[in-house]
Amino acid sequence: MANYLPAMAAFAGFYALMALGLNLIFGLAGMVNLGLVGFFAIGAYVSALLTVSLHWPMLAGWAVAALFSAACGAVVAVITARLKGDYLAIVTLGFAEVIRLIASNELWLTGGTTGISAIPGPWRGEVSPFAFNLIFAAIVWITVCIVGLLFGRLSNAPFGRVLRAIREDEMIAAVAGKPVLAFKVQAFALGAGVLGLAGALYAHYNAYIAPDGFQPLITIYVVLALTAGGTGTMRGAILGAILVMFLTEGTRFLGAAMAGLKPVQIAAVREGLIGATLILVLYIRPQGILPERPRTLNLEPR
Amino acid sequence: MITELAQLLINGILAGALLAVPAIGFTAIYAVLRFPNFAVASHATIGAYAGYIANVNFGLPAWMSLFAAFLVAGVFGVVSDEIVLRRLRASGPLTVAIASVALTIVLENVVRFSFGNDLLGYDLPVLRDWRASGLRIGPQQVYNALAAAAAMAALFLFLAFTRTGKMMRAVADNPMLAGLKGIDALTVARLANFAGMGLAGFGGMLIGLDTSIDPQTGFRVMLSIFAAAVVGGLGSIPGAVIGAFVVGIGEELSLIVLDPSYRTAIGFVAILVVLSFRPRGILGERAY
Repeated sequence: MANYLPAMAAFAGFYALMALGLNLIFGLAGMVNLGLVGFFAIGAYVSALLTVSLHWPMLAGWAVAALFSAACGAVVAVITARLKGDYLAIVTLGFAEVIRLIASNELWLTGGTTGISAIPGPWRGEVSPFAFNLIFAAIVWITVCIVGLLFGRLSNAPFGRVLRAIREDEMIAAVAGKPVLAFKVQAFALGAGVLGLAGALYAHYNAYIAPDGFQPLITIYVVLALTAGGTGTMRGAILGAILVMFLTEGTRFLGAAMAGLKPVQIAAVREGLIGATLILVLYIRPQGILPERPRTLNLEPR
Repeated sequence: MITELAQLLINGILAGALLAVPAIGFTAIYAVLRFPNFAVASHATIGAYAGYIANVNFGLPAWMSLFAAFLVAGVFGVVSDEIVLRRLRASGPLTVAIASVALTIVLENVVRFSFGNDLLGYDLPVLRDWRASGLRIGPQQVYNALAAAAAMAALFLFLAFTRTGKMMRAVADNPMLAGLKGIDALTVARLANFAGMGLAGFGGMLIGLDTSIDPQTGFRVMLSIFAAAVVGGLGSIPGAVIGAFVVGIGEELSLIVLDPSYRTAIGFVAILVVLSFRPRGILGERAY
């Protein structure tokens, strides 16, 4: 049980990082990304391969994972630049599935469905498992804070204003002289980089990754986190991630209460509840708990 | 080599015919309601299981069970739209699309809860493959393709000649004009959901007849279904048919150069290639 709390904190941090990444892409720039688990997987695999096969130091693995994922994001953004929302939803969903296919099938690189194991973690084995969990949770949350502050600044900077303008009306932003494509690609790449970084951290925390760990359900978790917290605000993204963590873990205890059911049925109830919660949130509070405030210029004399 | 190619082409055409049915369902809902309904995946699965119950538990022959698949998936489509998606439509197509992803996860887990994760097979007579000049065709595959063709023909006749069918086309073409003419948008939306999800269920069972079914049956073909609809042009029914054959034949021909496990990635590649040159698909949106 003592191990459980820091582990929960670490996972909440992974979700928070992903929600921040999605917030930049979808919340600010308005580009749907239903394939975010694909970027998460890319980051995880890149860092795992660099550190396990090539014995790179962990920090280098994390940095390259984030950069590589950002590059993939830029490519996806360029290719899909002309697509409108619903097409983009389909293409990004397909992207994540293709990443999972590659992870399952390129045995020489990814180990196929067996995955990659013995991924190093900071001080793993040198300290007690509890201390390891605690250290890692701290690393994850420091990263969350840095990214959150950075993105918060970015969101208030002219960069963020342009992204919101693009979200509201791409054509007006273009007429105002903003290079829309360049902004979209930058936003997508930055967001994808953070998604990749989250994946890299996850790989080193878990010590083991396999294609099964990158199901589309994770995308739903993160979309739920962002929607519940408040699309467009960084604080909302983080708050939403913590709530999703409580929800997924809470349903675990629910599973213990449903003693008469088979394991597969309990798993089905848990997954189903997550989906149902997202629908409920969309109903009850689509703007989220910490909604984005419209920024208006007050021209009234004081 | 020629024989091998011919064999792959035949397989591709048969696979494309099966894919066309749920792709039409998906595109028909898009045409009327203007959002990509990701719940086709779960409804295809629901249809496959409804057909399974009719076929195995009630002992009906496969072709009669297909009607059960259509009806049950269609009813689920209308009910789940009424309960979940309808009131979200005001929030914009993206919100509904995201909600439909959540809906597909909920429904898939309802199926998993009820039936477990095991593979289930239909009760089918064992038939010997037909062979001619080195080519091989399974009779069941041909029957499935014929059933798919029958469903498509029925839909075309319905849309072309019945009053309700014309109403649906009118709303798809121009909802405001249709409203002015006194066509009730809500009725048409329900009809589109019933027919579209019914076709998804019908197609889900056809795909299951080919192999076996499990709670992920619909999800696994989802990418191919979307690819077919997008390649042909979202909202265009003839487009969905063309797209289904492009994707079906493309998936089979890819076996020449690619590992079979990459088959589903072909749909994704097809989407990217077509959209790069024709961002609204081969036939474009709203083509009838």
